[in-house]
Amino acid sequence: MAVELDVFVGNTTIMDEEVYQLWLDGYTVNDAVKARMDAGVLEECEADADVLLSDTMDQYRTFQMCERLLQSPAKLANQLLFQITPHRQVMLIERYYAFDDTFVREVLGKKLSKGTKKDLDDISAKTGVTLKSCRRQFDNFKRVFKVVEELKGPLVENIRQHFLLSDKLARDYAAIVFFANNRFETGKKKLQYLTFQDFALCAGQLINNWTVGAVDNMVEDMDVDLDKEFLQELKELKILIADKDLLDQHKSLVCTALRGKTKAFAEMEANFKNLSRGLVNIATKLTNTKDVRDFFIDLVEKFIEPCRSDRWTAADIKLYLTHYTNSAHILDPFKHQAVWDRYMGVIKSCIFIMYHD
Amino acid sequence: MPGKLKAKIVAGRHLPVMDRASDLTDAFVEVKFGNTTFKTDVFPKSLNPQWNSEWFKFEVDDEDLQDEPLQITVLDHDTYSANDAIGKVYIDIDPLLCTEAASVISGWFPIYDTIHGIRGEINVLVKVELFNDLNRFRQSSCGVKFFCTTSIPRGYRAAMVHGFLEELVVNEDPEYQWIDRIRTPRASNEARQRLISLMSGELQRKIGLKVLEMGGNAVVGYLQCFDLEGESGLVVRAIGTACTLEKLTSGSLASAHTHPNTAPASNACNSPSKDGKEPVFGEDLPSSSGPPTPFRALPTSSSSPPPFSPCKPCSRQSSSSDTDLSLTPKTGMGSGGSAGKEAGPLKTLLRQQTQTALEQREFPFFTLTSFPPGFLVHVGGVVSARSVKLLDRIHNPDEPETRDAWWEEIRQEIKSHAKALGCHAVVGYSENTSICEEVCILSASGTAAILNHRYMREGCLDIGSTDQRFEDPSPPSCGFCHIPYDELNMPFPAQLTYCYNCRRQKVPDVLFTTIDLPAEAAVTGKGCLIQARLCRLKKKAQGEVNATVISNLLPFMEYELHTQLMNKLKLRSMNALFGLHIQISVGENMLLGLASATGVYLTALPAPGGIQIAGKTTGDMSNEQHILTIQKRINDTIARNKELYQINPPELTEEGVGSPIPEPRHRSRLFRSHSESSDEVSELDLSHGKKDAFVLEIDDTDAVEDIHSLLTDASPPAGFHSCNTETMPGIYNWTTAVQMFTSVRVLRLSNANLSNQSLNKIFTDLCENLLKSFYFKLRSMVPCCLCHLNFNVAVPEEELIQVSVTAVAMTFDKDQTQERPAERFITKGGSETDEQLQFSLELCADSSSTNSQPSSRISGTVSLFTPAAKLCQSQLVVVHSTGVPENTIVSSRAASVDYGSFADRCSTWLELLRLKAHTIRRGSVKTSRRTQSLAHSVSSLEHCSPLTEGRSRSVRSSRSFGGSPVTMVKMTPLSFLPGTRNIKYLGIINMFFIRETTSLREEGGVSGFLHSFIAEVFAMVRAHVAALGGNAVVSYSMKDCVLMENPNKNQAQCLINVSGDAVIYVRETDQEPTASMTNMGQSLCAADGAT
Repeated sequence: MAVELDVFVGNTTIMDEEVYQLWLDGYTVNDAVKARMDAGVLEECEADADVLLSDTMDQYRTFQMCERLLQSPAKLANQLLFQITPHRQVMLIERYYAFDDTFVREVLGKKLSKGTKKDLDDISAKTGVTLKSCRRQFDNFKRVFKVVEELKGPLVENIRQHFLLSDKLARDYAAIVFFANNRFETGKKKLQYLTFQDFALCAGQLINNWTVGAVDNMVEDMDVDLDKEFLQELKELKILIADKDLLDQHKSLVCTALRGKTKAFAEMEANFKNLSRGLVNIATKLTNTKDVRDFFIDLVEKFIEPCRSDRWTAADIKLYLTHYTNSAHILDPFKHQAVWDRYMGVIKSCIFIMYHD
Repeated sequence: MPGKLKAKIVAGRHLPVMDRASDLTDAFVEVKFGNTTFKTDVFPKSLNPQWNSEWFKFEVDDEDLQDEPLQITVLDHDTYSANDAIGKVYIDIDPLLCTEAASVISGWFPIYDTIHGIRGEINVLVKVELFNDLNRFRQSSCGVKFFCTTSIPRGYRAAMVHGFLEELVVNEDPEYQWIDRIRTPRASNEARQRLISLMSGELQRKIGLKVLEMGGNAVVGYLQCFDLEGESGLVVRAIGTACTLEKLTSGSLASAHTHPNTAPASNACNSPSKDGKEPVFGEDLPSSSGPPTPFRALPTSSSSPPPFSPCKPCSRQSSSSDTDLSLTPKTGMGSGGSAGKEAGPLKTLLRQQTQTALEQREFPFFTLTSFPPGFLVHVGGVVSARSVKLLDRIHNPDEPETRDAWWEEIRQEIKSHAKALGCHAVVGYSENTSICEEVCILSASGTAAILNHRYMREGCLDIGSTDQRFEDPSPPSCGFCHIPYDELNMPFPAQLTYCYNCRRQKVPDVLFTTIDLPAEAAVTGKGCLIQARLCRLKKKAQGEVNATVISNLLPFMEYELHTQLMNKLKLRSMNALFGLHIQISVGENMLLGLASATGVYLTALPAPGGIQIAGKTTGDMSNEQHILTIQKRINDTIARNKELYQINPPELTEEGVGSPIPEPRHRSRLFRSHSESSDEVSELDLSHGKKDAFVLEIDDTDAVEDIHSLLTDASPPAGFHSCNTETMPGIYNWTTAVQMFTSVRVLRLSNANLSNQSLNKIFTDLCENLLKSFYFKLRSMVPCCLCHLNFNVAVPEEELIQVSVTAVAMTFDKDQTQERPAERFITKGGSETDEQLQFSLELCADSSSTNSQPSSRISGTVSLFTPAAKLCQSQLVVVHSTGVPENTIVSSRAASVDYGSFADRCSTWLELLRLKAHTIRRGSVKTSRRTQSLAHSVSSLEHCSPLTEGRSRSVRSSRSFGGSPVTMVKMTPLSFLPGTRNIKYLGIINMFFIRETTSLREEGGVSGFLHSFIAEVFAMVRAHVAALGGNAVVSYSMKDCVLMENPNKNQAQCLINVSGDAVIYVRETDQEPTASMTNMGQSLCAADGAT
């Protein structure tokens, strides 16, 4: 006695959110049935394992048929095959494009290529996210990347419109695209302590301030590529460390302002030159793609680690960086105020985000 | 009468990639109707082409308009090789031919390919201009409205119910033609789809002609079926009920709800005695001890008095110019003024008349399952007939006489069964077939009944209110249960008691019917789905031998199904079955029988006794013990069910009621017989002889199994109810959430050596598990009821059992269920009296300006009456209207004069049509050739249709463009959506699709294949409804789902046929401005909707 065929089709497509999540998480039908049983679905209504299996199969089939539409969410709204209420559609899309932070952390900044896809089983083993789910998430990244690559206009807005995602999710995708495009190194051991959300926030800062889009909002790739002109201008900041007088003047201004306001004053004074050199060097090297990739690792090595070893508090960092930035304005011979602000604004925010007590 | 069909191709979207190199498509469209084809330009390199074509115009005969679908083919242009087809859309333009239905078809249609399924969508605009004035148009067969709904569609009233319609057309199946060996599967499928589309168009047109011949304007309960007879051909057949429907306008709305038997007060005072003696007339008929036997066809009944009162003056028929099929007696009747005096003789005369009226018809059958109040007088019981036939090749498709004769034979049998039950009509009538290789079982079933004659005659209904007091005196809540046959001369042994409701007439102990529970019926507690399931193995055989084996098995199957039904009914402590549908399916090595019905406890019928188990051998202690435990289980189950279904009949002091000790009773409401090819007719008495029906004897293991299986039927989980009728008795407060679904399950019997018993168990489990699955899937809708559960079984091939189910889950408000019923009856009664009053008054006021003053004064103050005052008021008014019969005559005469002239024109026109019909012959698909000449002859008429511009302006092409979200289209197998009103019927949806695959594994196996196909069918139905401007399909049904698979070859093929009525509904709360003045009518609609 074998069930040869078993289907159930509703005029309004029936989708159980729980099963949908299991499907998204890459559970096999049998695992999903087991998970549902463990969740106690059988107790709440009189049913047996066969019923559960049949239901799960049906739903899995439905999801599989829907998947094609979910990959271009705009189609879901005006396709005719499945009758799904609008709020249900929103849920389906949002969940389909949702991702695991642990997974995305692994591929963040990597090239979204076949090569990376081959490594997915390792990532799956490492993160505990099923391979199926890894593939879906990876393909989502790739798909979004491919679509927005060719579009003009603001990145987040493009993602939101093309994939009908919530603002939050669209921002996360923008970060992923941005990281993938610039190939930022995030996998080094020293960066392991940072979460995806840390990077996403940094990406937001970079997108809003350092890209072409920050000045001109109708260019292709405007939010994806860093503003080349700006990067060139950053070279001018070298004077802050190259000119010894300027460096000393800067230091005394900062120290005057900080004196008595923090316990870490002594360390700040002692480290000023080192730290300043570190930050300015990062700025001047950003014209090299290689150094752009190392942006975060440089920030950690050149600034965050020394501060941490001196046990600065987050408040100390904030105080220091504020005065460090502002004091540069008072430096007479320093003419690059605009570039300095644009640079330090992002650096400051990124360091705040990345500095975990 | 020709017309101009215009089509415009606007745009496409989501097209598939046809050119791998560019990942794009160069699409163009061919638009074909009949033999004319137009093409759009190629829209290069786009998956979302914007053709925005000109209007393609087809000048065609209306016959073709009815028969042919508009065929739209989307292709990919290829410069070097043949163009590749992307897919097709067939659009049935029939809804455009009826003035009251849709005026334009405009919307996105899925582009369908029989191999690939849906491949993108296309936006199309279609219009029809008919070159004739409205009157002429109405006379053509195109004007006839079709409804799948098996009741009078909401928003209409039946001015007259004419009767049974049947037609069939046959053709060779393209799948079995020699050419099929050389053409592609796609070409073959498309040929088949097209042929069936043509055949059903033709069938519909022919049925339409018959309706016009009868003088009707609509077909209600239209049921079309396909018989895929394989080598021997393809039969498309249809049955339906011809009616004259009138659309309810604000004025007529009130009158439509005026029904004769809803004035209990006047009934009670006017006719304290039974049998419809009217003290009003001061008649002195001898009272009879027997029950009434109205229209009794059996000669034995002649002694009882005619219960039907004369219909007074209104029975006069002025439409003598009607067509020959008119059922109206042409005798002129005495004028109304003398009604009182002439009552006696008139009565006899009238009775003869109505009797002959019904007998004039070849078959007094009605495919309706629910009726306007008062239509159904008595119900006799289920009548069914089956016949086993051997299929032979239809040599000449133009002469399908054999098929006709087969059905004729069966219908005669049904008719004679109904007669034996003392009934003159059969309601809830349906026909179906089961085919396996060359053997075919034809089945027909219905419910024998006595109908109110008023609906059979024209004109009468309009002044029916004066009629009502003379009608059957039984209260509407139990009248239909009263036996129609003669107590002393019963057609079968049955236990009769006096009606527990009115105490005046006799009722049987159980009642089986195929109809829906009448809305006015008094029911105790709730109902539930009851199924009897049965498998019977048979030896494989060929030809005659096979047919004989099957026909020998049939009576036993019917007997067992009946026994199962009866036992399960008792187990639930219920006494009546509604919506009974018995399906017997034949396979190569087995027969499957499935009987589904909704069990209820009718208050009018006696309480069923328990079930007693008896052992054969006494003295054996262990056996005795065993029997005792079973008996206890049964008693427990009964007690539990009583609680579950809230069956607490009012305690009656009479002895014997509710007694746990079964009295000897007999069961048989089911009259059946079967005949073989040899015409041998055998009748089977299912009354179990003189044996006690309640005692189940355990004499062997089989019996034990039977009893166990009886107890295995699980009741629905908490919060769920199920029934196979339109709605559930006992639930009235529906909310608006509905979920229609189709589910199919196929089981492979791996074990070759199965016994009947184990097979039964497998089949029962299959059905039970399906139900369990539904409950689980729909658990979020609780509290809810699965309505119209329609099970369909088939044996697609050896060792396979297929069950397909279509049903709708509807939610209801739980809190109110407990209190509502009682309250409902009061309010409903109140509102109906209200209605009646309104009507009577209107009648008086309308009838003549010379009418007596009081009535008009009353009409002025009516709205001020309190409900309590209304009752007596209505009585008063009724007296008034009888007092002034002349006035009513005036109005009816005026109406019929008009009709007469119409009929005159009609008959000449009909002759013309009939002539045509003869030249075409049934089954011929060659008619399209004649189109040309006719189309030419009328082209000169082209200019004279100023209508065109006005119509085209109404088309909002803006709505057709993409971006806008898809309209949600609700679907339901019921005739209504709860909490809504159907404000417009847009036409019938009747679609046939074939899907085939050669990559079964890739599509997810058979389940994946069928799942997407069913989803596609739903999508196409919804798209068509939306294009007609509708937002729902009511009376939806999936009539066929034929699946053939060959997993080894990675192939599968499936055929699906669906139908329904496209409607526009509005929520009850959204009042339409035009209808707002008819508040009363609406409130009644609401009440209807809730029942």
